[in-house]
Amino acid sequence: MSDTNEMSNTSEQRRQFLKTSVGAAAVAIAPGMLMFDMAHGKTEAVSGKVRWGMLINTANCEDCDKCVKACNKENGLSGGLSPTDSQWIRKVELKDMRTERSLALPMMCQHCAEPPCVDVCPTGASFKRADGIVLVDKHICIGCRYCMMACPYKARSFVHEPLHDQKPDVPRGKGVVESCTMCVQRIDKGLQPACAEACPNKSILFGNLNDPGSEISIKMRTEASTQVRADLGLDTGLRYQGI
Amino acid sequence: MANHSPLRFKNRIFYALVAAGGLVVLMGLYAAHMMEGHGHIITGMNNQIVWGMPHVFAIFLIVSASGVLNVSSIGSVFNKPAYKARAPLAGLLSIAMLAGGLSVLMLDLGRPDRIIVAMTRFNPTSVFAWNIFLYSGMFAAVALYLWTMMEKRMNPWSKPAGLLVFVWRFVLTTGTGVIFSFLVARQAYGTALLPPMFIVMSFAWGMAVFHVAQSSIYEWNEKLLDPYVQKRMKNLMGVLVIAAFYFVAAYHLTNLYFARQTGFERFILLDGGIYPLIFWIGYFLLGNLLPLLLIYHPALGKSRSILSASLLIILGGFSFLYVFIIGGQAFPLSIFPGYQVTSSFGDGAIGLYQPSLPEIMLGMGGVGIAFLITTIGVRVLDFVPHELPKSA
Repeated sequence: MSDTNEMSNTSEQRRQFLKTSVGAAAVAIAPGMLMFDMAHGKTEAVSGKVRWGMLINTANCEDCDKCVKACNKENGLSGGLSPTDSQWIRKVELKDMRTERSLALPMMCQHCAEPPCVDVCPTGASFKRADGIVLVDKHICIGCRYCMMACPYKARSFVHEPLHDQKPDVPRGKGVVESCTMCVQRIDKGLQPACAEACPNKSILFGNLNDPGSEISIKMRTEASTQVRADLGLDTGLRYQGI
Repeated sequence: MANHSPLRFKNRIFYALVAAGGLVVLMGLYAAHMMEGHGHIITGMNNQIVWGMPHVFAIFLIVSASGVLNVSSIGSVFNKPAYKARAPLAGLLSIAMLAGGLSVLMLDLGRPDRIIVAMTRFNPTSVFAWNIFLYSGMFAAVALYLWTMMEKRMNPWSKPAGLLVFVWRFVLTTGTGVIFSFLVARQAYGTALLPPMFIVMSFAWGMAVFHVAQSSIYEWNEKLLDPYVQKRMKNLMGVLVIAAFYFVAAYHLTNLYFARQTGFERFILLDGGIYPLIFWIGYFLLGNLLPLLLIYHPALGKSRSILSASLLIILGGFSFLYVFIIGGQAFPLSIFPGYQVTSSFGDGAIGLYQPSLPEIMLGMGGVGIAFLITTIGVRVLDFVPHELPKSA
């Protein structure tokens, strides 16, 4: 009889121990799981039903470089202007050679539907996501720079020096090519690209080109806009007004 | 065979040459090591001139590697005995230059450590990816060809192997030209004229390289080249130089005719600073006019002047590629036609480029590799042409 009592005591203790352990483990792992989810954002795959794009109204583009600064800050770029520094977005000043009309606009990767950089990349490091964003896989890029030769928009930069203090969300690396990612890390969290958000005049309108009801689609349907070097037939994701 | 005692370098000269070649290769490797550590910041290349001096060297070596096989093609495919005797040396030079050129291209990569990625992941739409296949196939085809020539039992197969090499090198040089002709938006490139132009240039440059190698080997072995063979080869080289120049002229004339291209032509031929200078003096005068004079002038055309002509053709080749590759990138992209453009990223501005010592050393390293392979190859195997009693 006493033997049975001892046994049931022991199993009670074991049960208690298991309960406590499971509880402790749950408490220990749960925040990690939550943070893992937070860090990785949405888990569903990118869909081809969406095509992200931008409509840039040059009439409102002021003499400022807030878009450039916001890009540098978001993506951890140095902001240096030497020929070997990365510039994912730049302000370009234009002057019509006949009429002398001047304007300015932000220039970056045009996120082509038929990107020459993706065609020429030997390893497939340059790729287009299902939602139209053109990216470089920093783990596969061998640094041949053929994409830079092929890009009609001079949108790409090569990392010429070792990098320090990188942003965890924006992987970069010495010896590989990089360019505007349309702030893919922000888009995947449901935010706008940093340049669009920073523009004081809302000259950069970001949205889904495939959704007929989106603000960008409505505006592009009702107002004139052009692609830069439309003659190349690349079907750019960025459109400009006023050029 | 007994009277065909192999012509071999004397020991001392051989070791001196190997040491000199080895030193150049080491310098090239050291440059690559520096570039790997510091990044491309120690080169003259930047975000506008993305391909620089290493590419000039590499493309010269690769294009000439294809062109040098002229000699073997004329021998094996078109059955000319004087050339057939030289086919093994041409094959060796081809493998040597291909190895040198590819080493330079590979070591100039931003991430040369990822070369295995380039070998294992092929993007089927990339000309670069096709070229990786074409270059490695070329090694195999030429090696097979050499084997069929040098192994008596395999001799009957040397003609089909020669034909394979003949076809392969056409495709390979087309592939090299296509690297540039597929660049849709650059004024200097993006024309279907480039592959045939590169093929004809490869003929001329390859002949010149062959001449230099052959003359050196004969000179150091105190042998005289059969005057008949020399005359035939020099005449062929002259014709090829003229043919290559014809393509260059057609390329520039076509551009000059298109209003949208005249700005680029003005830059490259007239007011682009160093580029017109190198084009007219380096390519046109020293690389074409002078060698043609040396080849065809009745009072000249002897072995010394042919050697000088060959060296000048090589210089002309480098000059052409410098202007074509670097000058072609220095001219700004026409992103907004009709507008005057300025920006912090060099839009609308001529790209600045100053070749740095490490990148020149890297390029020279490639030449060193080609030189070493040739020197050792000629020493250890029987690559030197054996004149048949009546080579005519």
